Amino acid sequence: MTATDSAELVSIPALLARNVREFGDKAAYREKEFGIWQSWTWSEAVEQIEALALGLLSLGANRGDHIAIAGRNRPYLYWSMLAAQSIGAVPVPIYQDAVGDEIAYVLDHCNARFIVAGDQEQVDKILDIRADLKNLEHIIYLDARGLRKYDHSILSQFHKLQDAGRAAKATLGPELVARQAGQNYDDICVMLYTSGTTGRPKGVVLSNRNVIETSKNSSQFDNLGPNEEVLAYLPMAWVGDYTFSMGQALWTGFCVNCPESPETMMTDLREIGPTYYFAPPRVFENQLTNVMIRMEDAGRLKQWMFHKSMAHAKTVGPALLSGLPVSFMDRVKYWLGDKFIYGPLKNTLGLSRVRVGYTAGEAIGPELFDFYRSLGINLKQLYGQTEATVYVTIQPDGEVRADTVGVPAPGVEVRIGDNGEIYYRSPGVFVEYYNNPESTASTKDKEGWVATGDAGFFEEDSGHLRIIDRAKDVGKMADGRLFAPKYVENKLKFFPNILEAVVFGNDREFCTAFINIDLNAVGNWAERNNIAYGGYQELSQHPEVLDMIQAHIEETNLSIADDSMLSGCQVNRFLVLHKELDADDGEMTRTRKVRRRIVEEKFSDLITGLYDGSERVATTTEVTYEDGRKGSISATLELRDAAIVAVQRMAAE
Amino acid sequence: MFDQPESFVTADGRTIGGVMMEMKNITLRFGGVVAIKDISFDIREGEIRAIIGPNGAGKSSMLNVISGFYNPQDGEVWYKGERRPSMKPFEVARQGIARTFQNIALFEGMSVLDNVMTGRLNHMNAGIMSQAFWYGKAQREETENREVVERVLDFLEIQHIRKTPVSRLPYGLKKRVELARALAADPKLLLLDEPMAGMNVEEKEDMSRFILDVNDEFGTTIALIEHDMSVVMDISDRVVVMDYGKKIGDGTPTDVRSNQAVIDAYLGVAHD
Repeated sequence: MTATDSAELVSIPALLARNVREFGDKAAYREKEFGIWQSWTWSEAVEQIEALALGLLSLGANRGDHIAIAGRNRPYLYWSMLAAQSIGAVPVPIYQDAVGDEIAYVLDHCNARFIVAGDQEQVDKILDIRADLKNLEHIIYLDARGLRKYDHSILSQFHKLQDAGRAAKATLGPELVARQAGQNYDDICVMLYTSGTTGRPKGVVLSNRNVIETSKNSSQFDNLGPNEEVLAYLPMAWVGDYTFSMGQALWTGFCVNCPESPETMMTDLREIGPTYYFAPPRVFENQLTNVMIRMEDAGRLKQWMFHKSMAHAKTVGPALLSGLPVSFMDRVKYWLGDKFIYGPLKNTLGLSRVRVGYTAGEAIGPELFDFYRSLGINLKQLYGQTEATVYVTIQPDGEVRADTVGVPAPGVEVRIGDNGEIYYRSPGVFVEYYNNPESTASTKDKEGWVATGDAGFFEEDSGHLRIIDRAKDVGKMADGRLFAPKYVENKLKFFPNILEAVVFGNDREFCTAFINIDLNAVGNWAERNNIAYGGYQELSQHPEVLDMIQAHIEETNLSIADDSMLSGCQVNRFLVLHKELDADDGEMTRTRKVRRRIVEEKFSDLITGLYDGSERVATTTEVTYEDGRKGSISATLELRDAAIVAVQRMAAE
Repeated sequence: MFDQPESFVTADGRTIGGVMMEMKNITLRFGGVVAIKDISFDIREGEIRAIIGPNGAGKSSMLNVISGFYNPQDGEVWYKGERRPSMKPFEVARQGIARTFQNIALFEGMSVLDNVMTGRLNHMNAGIMSQAFWYGKAQREETENREVVERVLDFLEIQHIRKTPVSRLPYGLKKRVELARALAADPKLLLLDEPMAGMNVEEKEDMSRFILDVNDEFGTTIALIEHDMSVVMDISDRVVVMDYGKKIGDGTPTDVRSNQAVIDAYLGVAHD
């Protein structure tokens, strides 16, 4: 990229035009459909985008209109965003698994006039709430299946709209060119709704400057080039996907690959072999759990080789990756391990070609993180927010650790407030929360510093940022000891059998925990041990499962006791929940972060039980099914005590 | 011949055409046992036609008559305006009739893809040498047919198990694979023998949606046997009710529901 070149690249249409010029014949998008990877070059993609843009113009879309996009990751939907941007409208991707009233809130809040929906499921959800959406004019759908009989007065098929656009090129073409050209660096690029761990989602408005500057800086930081391959499988409404699959892809010209369906993600990952990969800790956790489950079914020789090699990898793998000195014999052993174990394993995981991998969104367990690093996968952490267009801090190659999130990203300034809260300022800082000046003012001050809501500190020797917890979640226990629930939960969640944990203890005498078992891992264990069960609920209350979880908690307590500051966070009592925490029930966000307050309210009877010493509690919980219907489940839960390291307690007293 | 050639449009906007298949006074005996006694009914083009009845009513036998597996001792089967002579099942299949089975009949050791590919058998006619060495026509045919199959896999949302051996699949998915195989044959008339037996509520809902979508998307005429009354009432246009080999009711779900003979058959009234 030359300097003059980048000076002109101030809008999305400008980037698209540049990519056609420079990488016209190179694959830009791929999607597996009908068992084959279909691909589009940058030139072909731009033709598709322009046809849709013309189609939108023919429907009367104006500059500044909000155009919502709902569906799974598909090239057509990325093109919809790009088409919206081509005509100066603002794309608003929404979470495809959001239920009716969540979508209603977002669509109503942004006054969306047009919606591009992936399939019948999305169209149905929108039609259900149509009465509440006064501004909605037209729904454009992609997959026609099941929609034939629908009233088409406000519905259009994606490809038909494109055809209409192509047909109208003579009349609308000049308007499109004018719209593409008339965009500057400070125009709105996209609006992304935050998942909202608390309260209603907020529409984060990002400008071209935010997106393009951030993409430029971060691409340079990791030397991303036009030959990278990424797999786009994370929700399109999430800022990470927007930055990786749109911002950086447009900036560098790399290829975005869309899986065939969510279920085929792992197979597709293997087939593509991405060079640049992003996943939240949960995905890495699932992958590791699957590997471990399958290893337990392997023969004894294979198990022995696996464990022997992994033990060696753990000792020298991270050091090799960071370029630290490693003895010759260890290198030879690692080389052998790579031939027999690590290489094939990485291949199975689809991570053979990963040059740069990131995890973010949640803290990652150190053991989990080291597992991937020791295989030789350059997995790094970054810390970011929608409001920052992702990047706040990032780990440079060779300075990667599990317990920190790295140094400020290029162009980002970070400072720590008096209360320990982290603040940042960068070219990526959002413009505003849409139609919400109060929240904008309370988050971003006049000088452009943004409050993250997270508490943390810079390590003195390394200069790396360490996050403790959400600023509002870090609390004190009744006797004044520090209470950091996430720290404990992350330790618990590293056990493959534990999917989710919620720890309580603020203003209390001791800490307690709710546990969700991982149905995959525990189910497999049950199968091998001939334990019959009828479903999640039954398995979760099996005495042997409770024993197993108890052992995990006691092991965690042992390791927490080592940390003098946090030793009060040992879990004294626990229970295994009778249902999985779920976004449909409001217990988690769509990005699967636990909504602590809601869990606390919803299961207050169980928490009371944990603190009053009861051994059993009978409870009934309302659940929401995927189609929005409600039901309830009842269960009697066993509450157990876990052993804690008593020395620490005495020391505290 | 077509008795009621006029087509009409249903309340939900589908076009139901003239009579596609007509059963006239069918009687089927196994030795001394009379499985079907003098039954007549028709299946119109584009409709979803259900055959219901208590256990042992003769529903599956009826389906087997339609599919050509049984040849009735008395009565006539008319298909597309012509009287059908007694046929072998594969001849019936070539006429555009495909079916699924009450007890899943898949090739357990083969992958889903291969199983569904077998549904295309009637659409391949490359010679044995071409097949053996996989060149020319055989290769071309496989590519063409694979595309059809892939569209079916996509339609029924089973791409993720494309390469999985059928024996490793849960029951609900096997049923869907069977439907996929039948659908791959590109049938005019699809016969489903208890497509939802043994399924949980969610699987039943999925299957109902697939059946409706198949009918809607490809205009396939569907005749199905089903025990779950609520499903039958929801998705079918017309229902034939059988009991002890006799037809005791025929009409729209609403008609049938209020038919006293049907209520008796289901609630259990002493038979003479």
